[in-house]
Amino acid sequence: MSESRTVASLLLAAVAGLALFPFASDEFYLELFTHFMVLGIFAMSLDLLIGYTGLVSFGHAAFFGLAGYLLAIITPESEAMSLWVSLPVCLAGVALAALVIGWFSVRTSGIYFIMITLAFAQMTFYYFNENVALGGSDGMFIFTKPTVGIGGFEIIDLGDPTTVYYAVLASLVACYLLLSMVLRAPFGRVIKAIRVNEHRTRALGYDTRRYKLAAFVIAGTMAGFAGYLEAVSTGIVSPGHLSWHQSGLVLILVILGGMGTLYGPVLGAFALGLLHDQVQDVTVHWQLVQGIFVILVVLFLPHGIAGLVARLARRGAALAERAREPES
Amino acid sequence: MDISLFLVLALNGIQYGFLLFLVASGLTLVFGIMGIINLAHGAFYMLGAYTVYWLVGYTDNLFVAIVLGLVIMLAFGYLLERSAISFLYKRDHLYQVLLTYGLILVLDEMQRIFWGTDFYSVPVPQILSASVPLTETQDYPVYRLFISVMCMAVAAGLYLLIGRTRLGMMIRAGASNREMAQVLGVDIGRVFAIVFSIGVALAAFSGMIGAPVSSVYPGMGEQILIVSFVVVVIGGIGSVKGAFVGAMLIGLADTFGQVLLPDFASVVVYAVMAVVLLWRPQGLFGRA
Amino acid sequence: MTEAILSTRNLSKLFGALVAVDGVTIDFAPGKIHAIIGPNGAGKTTLINLLCGDLSPSQGTIAFKDRDITKLTPFQTSRAGIGRSYQKSNIFPEFSCLENCWLGAQSRLPTSMKFFRPAEGYGEVRARAERALDLCGLGRRMNVRAAQISHGEQRQLEIAMMLATEPELLLLDEPLAGMGTEEAAAILELLKELARDHTLVLIEHDMDAVFSIAEVLTVMDNGRVLVTGAPEEVRRNRAVQEAYLGMGDEGA
Repeated sequence: MSESRTVASLLLAAVAGLALFPFASDEFYLELFTHFMVLGIFAMSLDLLIGYTGLVSFGHAAFFGLAGYLLAIITPESEAMSLWVSLPVCLAGVALAALVIGWFSVRTSGIYFIMITLAFAQMTFYYFNENVALGGSDGMFIFTKPTVGIGGFEIIDLGDPTTVYYAVLASLVACYLLLSMVLRAPFGRVIKAIRVNEHRTRALGYDTRRYKLAAFVIAGTMAGFAGYLEAVSTGIVSPGHLSWHQSGLVLILVILGGMGTLYGPVLGAFALGLLHDQVQDVTVHWQLVQGIFVILVVLFLPHGIAGLVARLARRGAALAERAREPES
Repeated sequence: MDISLFLVLALNGIQYGFLLFLVASGLTLVFGIMGIINLAHGAFYMLGAYTVYWLVGYTDNLFVAIVLGLVIMLAFGYLLERSAISFLYKRDHLYQVLLTYGLILVLDEMQRIFWGTDFYSVPVPQILSASVPLTETQDYPVYRLFISVMCMAVAAGLYLLIGRTRLGMMIRAGASNREMAQVLGVDIGRVFAIVFSIGVALAAFSGMIGAPVSSVYPGMGEQILIVSFVVVVIGGIGSVKGAFVGAMLIGLADTFGQVLLPDFASVVVYAVMAVVLLWRPQGLFGRA
Repeated sequence: MTEAILSTRNLSKLFGALVAVDGVTIDFAPGKIHAIIGPNGAGKTTLINLLCGDLSPSQGTIAFKDRDITKLTPFQTSRAGIGRSYQKSNIFPEFSCLENCWLGAQSRLPTSMKFFRPAEGYGEVRARAERALDLCGLGRRMNVRAAQISHGEQRQLEIAMMLATEPELLLLDEPLAGMGTEEAAAILELLKELARDHTLVLIEHDMDAVFSIAEVLTVMDNGRVLVTGAPEEVRRNRAVQEAYLGMGDEGA
């Protein structure tokens, strides 16, 4: 009980810190942190699959990139489009794609699932990479930002980096709360059970495939939401957004941060992002550093940063306990 | 489609299928025997191609370069297994995916550091540079036939190695029951290291022998890796026979697809996979 | 014999060339304790796996309450009212005992595709889970992680999870396996109690236990049914004595 309360207060403090960050930051870091938070949402959505349902998807980038492409396709070149139109359209499109891909994928498990999700993501990648009408390997620009208005009044200006930052922060918090709610609900109980023992879950009367598919669609749609935010904030979408390196990256973020925690993947996004930012000044061979880093994390930190924090917290609590004992 | 084009496409498809089989068999062996999903397999293919390009520069002879390159890659595979892969046997697939993905990042960057981002070509050896007439108007390069023959030879060698030798017996014992094999005095750690280095060598050999046809370029490993995954999934993970059938299917589908459906060429391969998996989710020869 | 609640007709299961279950026809009467015995490899567990849908038969049919369930999957048989417990404890070790049973109880909601209200808010689910735990004597272990309770308690939990799904018919695969004498006696009491309003089908190797509670016995050997009848009748049967009981006390 106290452990979860500690976590909750740390998270609140982190959100407060992020809320105050724009006052102390220049535009470069503001946009960098916006990007980290978008990746955080993306990684959090994958955590629902990996950390809670036990489905290791290696094609999650398909949904991230697809949302961006959908936005680029429906946004007219010269006049702005309302977010109230473009967001639902993009999310519905991504959800449909997740439903189709998921329908095939959840029939398989383990290593097959890893490979089939990868294959579907590659299919999406090649489709956009080779489609000249959609920009081919150069990708597409989103020329106008979506407008956010209520009753004719423009309430949020997505052209302003600080506004985008806060919008993304709010989205991050909202996604966290949404997934927490889903995980506490009966549905969450079932998918957690599937991760631990799918066979028994089925024997207890659950059509586990349907629940896995539902989790897949939720996670895919949320990844699409992250992709939408990314496209809005950067104004560009390219095949790189759906490449398997993007799927690999988000997988790394989940493990680095600590799977099965929701907030861990966000930590992972910040940790790897800041590391990149630092290493960039020293060497151009970021991939090499990243690769070695990933190998070291797998070998020595399988439960990620969140796992490390929890271990330290437990050790701290044990020490405090021992210190208190002689007094009583 | 006229008959000569059809013949050329069929031969190309079969040759590509053989090459795919060689790569995929390494992937499926390592999984079937060691239970390891190895994303870095494509990187070994790339490494093989670059190594042979590099060695041809010194020796001026493709065959010598391949033999030397194979020795290097076998040793590399052995060391890699001992230093990193061996920690993964009891871990979830998730970690295997991640570690080998990290390995790709490292190897790709190494490739860029040593060889840069240029495309290189490896010349076809003189004695194999001829063409044979296929029909009156159509020739076919001998080197492509040579690739198919070499792939068949390697496949046969592999079959004999696993089916008929003492090492093969130890490999099969280790695959079916690790603990029991250990009790019987098989040094399972070494057997797995050997299997892994054979897997690396298979990928590298495909890269080497394919280099004169495909040229040598950054990212060549990625493309072949993903296609090999498709092959292995279609055939059934762990099944060498399945890898063969899958490789031929994909080799032909891809070659014909590029001509018949040029707009959807890269999608055809995945569509074939989706259809097969709809019918048999565990692949054609996979255990349910 | 009264109308059967569960019946098989000429049920067979082949694994390649191996005939694990061979033309089995049995009627399970409602409200009875029906034990299936036989040497190892007789096909008992395969039969249970066929009945609950874990395996699909190569031949023959299964009917439950006059409905053909031959082709149903495990979750469908579970929803139809057939509960199943496993020989090796098949539980969720990371979850508390209550959470384990919760899953069973929750599966009786029309659907668990519910995303908003916290699971704790479903009072009827909690009540059902707690009732199952209490019935199996695990009421006090409710909040302990299943990995931490004793082996015998895990066996009890195994049954409690099944009971939480409120089945009409229980398929029990060696409920006494690996239990101490006292624990086994407690489970036998529980089974007798359950038999008041459930049909029980059980596989068990402990012959004393079987003869003390079973009302109907089926003896299997080599995938076939040798005989079905009242325990005394079966005990006197020559074929059974030769094939099975004649092997002495070993019994398995």
